[in-house]
Amino acid sequence: MSDDSSPMIECRELQKYYGDYHALRGIDLSIREGEFFSLLGPSGCGKTTLLRVIAGFEDISAGAVLIDGRHMEDVPANRRPTNMVFQSYAIFPHLSVAENVAFGLRRDPRPKPEKAAMVEEALEMVGLRGYGGRAAHALSGGQRQRVALARALILKPKVLLLDEPLSALDRKMREQMQVELIKLQRQVGITFVLVTHDQEEALVMSDRIAVMFEGEIAQLDEPEALYARPASRRVADFIGVMNFLPARILDEADGRATADIPGLGVVDLPEGQISRADADDSGPMIGFRPETMTLLRPGQTSQQARETGAVIDEVVYYGDMTYYDLRLDGSARLDGKARTVRISMRNVFGRDVPCVGTAVRLAWSPGSLVLFR
Amino acid sequence: MSAGRFQGGGLRAYTLFYLLFLYAPILLLPLFAFNSGTIIAFPLKGFTTDWFVQMWGNATLRRALTNSLTIAMSASVLATCFGIFAARASTRFEFPGKTGIMGFIMLPMVLPEIIVAMSLLVVLLGVGAELSILTVIIGHTLICMPYGIAILSTAFASLDRSLEEAAYDLGETKWSAFRLITLPLVMPGIISSLLISFTISLDEFIIAFFLAGNEPTLPTYIFSQLRFPKQIPMIMALGTVLVALSIILLAIGEYFRRRGIARIGGKDSGGFL
Amino acid sequence: MAKRGMDAEARQGFTLIAPPFIYALAILAAPILTILSYSFLTDGYLEVVREFTLDNYRQVWTDPIVRTVMLRSLMVSALVTLVTVVLAFPVAYYVSFMVRPERKSMWLFLITIPFWTSYLIRVFLWKVILGYNGVINSSLTGLGIIDEPLTFILYNVNSIVLTLAHAYAPFAILPIFVALEKIDRSLLEAGRDLGENRLMTFWRVTLPLAMPGVIAAVLIVFIPTIGDYVTPELIGGGKIPMIANLIQVQMLALDNRPLGSALAVTAMLVVAVVSLLFLALNRRFLKVKQ
Repeated sequence: MSDDSSPMIECRELQKYYGDYHALRGIDLSIREGEFFSLLGPSGCGKTTLLRVIAGFEDISAGAVLIDGRHMEDVPANRRPTNMVFQSYAIFPHLSVAENVAFGLRRDPRPKPEKAAMVEEALEMVGLRGYGGRAAHALSGGQRQRVALARALILKPKVLLLDEPLSALDRKMREQMQVELIKLQRQVGITFVLVTHDQEEALVMSDRIAVMFEGEIAQLDEPEALYARPASRRVADFIGVMNFLPARILDEADGRATADIPGLGVVDLPEGQISRADADDSGPMIGFRPETMTLLRPGQTSQQARETGAVIDEVVYYGDMTYYDLRLDGSARLDGKARTVRISMRNVFGRDVPCVGTAVRLAWSPGSLVLFR
Repeated sequence: MSAGRFQGGGLRAYTLFYLLFLYAPILLLPLFAFNSGTIIAFPLKGFTTDWFVQMWGNATLRRALTNSLTIAMSASVLATCFGIFAARASTRFEFPGKTGIMGFIMLPMVLPEIIVAMSLLVVLLGVGAELSILTVIIGHTLICMPYGIAILSTAFASLDRSLEEAAYDLGETKWSAFRLITLPLVMPGIISSLLISFTISLDEFIIAFFLAGNEPTLPTYIFSQLRFPKQIPMIMALGTVLVALSIILLAIGEYFRRRGIARIGGKDSGGFL
Repeated sequence: MAKRGMDAEARQGFTLIAPPFIYALAILAAPILTILSYSFLTDGYLEVVREFTLDNYRQVWTDPIVRTVMLRSLMVSALVTLVTVVLAFPVAYYVSFMVRPERKSMWLFLITIPFWTSYLIRVFLWKVILGYNGVINSSLTGLGIIDEPLTFILYNVNSIVLTLAHAYAPFAILPIFVALEKIDRSLLEAGRDLGENRLMTFWRVTLPLAMPGVIAAVLIVFIPTIGDYVTPELIGGGKIPMIANLIQVQMLALDNRPLGSALAVTAMLVVAVVSLLFLALNRRFLKVKQ
């Protein structure tokens, strides 16, 4: 029904008020068929509201939602081609696993044996073969999650909506389920829309991510682009770790800029590396990720274009990684305040970790810098 | 640690003594009910079941029993129905004035019954209504309602809101989602509410005393007979039966409450109220 | 338009709450408003005269009999409340802190059973226990401990207090138990870790945190006892009436509805004032907690 030109989900100028509270402020969004799409943001940013609007649980105050090209205005949740996996999983505690999975088939005219086969197939798909007879409340968190998935997927929805589905699991289980969800999505081939506050989870699983703050989409991009070129300082801060240094803009023309950064020196920045600053910003800033700079051992050379001297202020050892807080030489040049930046290095067997107070050299390249102005 | 154990022992002894105080009247009841002496005092005379036989043959008592059962059944069903509405409204929806409205509905729980009975009586007499078991049902429904709401609110509140949404999302209508998911899960609460309301109504005296007109109910009949020493042994027999009945009803209620908790895999966190 | 979502929810809420709310309005609010208006009207012979007056209230506040009964009711309920709550606290404490979690509901069940058995018969049995030829007296004389039956235990305020304290015991235990259950057990360990002994930890940590439960218990015992009708009638032998008995006499026996109404309204006011006082206390405790 839908071709490449028409999106699976389309939100146009969505507005949502709760009384005086403006929960969604003009959401424009289109999600492609077969895409694994994430809504990422801190709690209260409107991501769950947006998901519930798509599911049909919340009315909208203005705007439109289209699913598979159809207006959803008068289509209630129970007739939308979407199914949801709830944060609490909402497994019916008085029904068995099989009864839970078969719940949505109640109005289906198919004969019983056929339905039973469908249930068995759905359970097998989520790795719960043979669990049908179990009582739902006797399941572990990960198993509940799988039942919720099977229960939603058995209805062959066009879109599967997932509301923080992994937040209740412990770290190991969460990482395992992340991979399983990606595999499952590829297997069934339908659109997944995931709500999460965990940036790592969004980066791992998604084809595209919409970052939301205060009811608005701050940036919509593929994970790599989002990480490397955050559209604003706020997005940069929310996703991973980013170092910020004040910058003085020396020259600006045709979208390119030349900036003077204390500790790093004068740098030319092409168009792709310049982002908009936030409204309350204190001035232009340069940002870079911890892993984009390399700590050089004495005598070591690097392919990277620039080198800067620094002193180690703090060492935080993580086993596979070490974080170094470094005071950059000459960083106090602009306003008398010394700046520290955080650099991460993978630990290599047999090489010792330098200690606090050591003078070191940093290698970096201007291509990893982003200017927020 | 030994100090703690000593302290625990002291408290345990005190608690057991307190339980004895609570149970003292109930324990005496069967003693006098089966005692052949006509005076309610020690020493006991001998064993008899005459009082039970006498009770069985008493026509007024039978009428009182029929009345009481009719009232208790009607009041408990009505109070529980109202309770379901109120409990769902208060646990599931936000609306202006909610606290005030709920507080007002729960008011009979803390209002002296004499005031409820008297003011209702004044109005009923004022509008020329005839006093009957119907007027008692009206009063009992009012005072049972808050207890029903308290029990049902706990049942509704412990329900995950997304359960109903999930059923709706899976293609059910709002009503069928309520029927298939919510209703079975709060059923233990509904049964508890029915049983508690039934027990309260069956035992309620003041409203029945003032609003029943000439119709006897069990408590008003008992009250009228307590004046006659000759009737007391039979009342003791009646009391024994009533206590046994109450305990059976409560045990059933407790059984359903626990089964309800076990069914949804919850943790037991307390008893009635 | 902006508040569409909110309104839909509010409308559903109102629709649901309407049946019980309307019922309570008709069966509770309307009658109470009626006696409120009666209390300002004049009593005629066998009827209420529609003439505004404050005489009923004047009489309620000046009549020595009314004042005696009112004060007695207050004193009896205050005593009952004190006795009930003080006796109940250790029981609630024991069940909450010393009983294994899986056995708690059994203990609560045991405590609530007597409450659900016939109130009248329970009250009457206290008369049997305390009476002139009652269980206590006949046992004591039988054992030769006393020659004459003790009389200070029946037909007086003591026996009323004892009987009511028995009747309202679970009402006091349950709220205190709930408050104690809510206390984070690590707070007590913290108290002891910071150098307090068990008693001081109880005094400085447990008791303040249990206070909301205690205040709830006080209210839930005080309010119904002040309006109790049966116990003064049966145990007091009708000789020591409380306010409920007085209201009944005025309303029915003497058929003075305005005065009866004024008594009822006054009783409600007294109850309301005492309740508000305790609720204010509770709020102070809650503020301290925050």
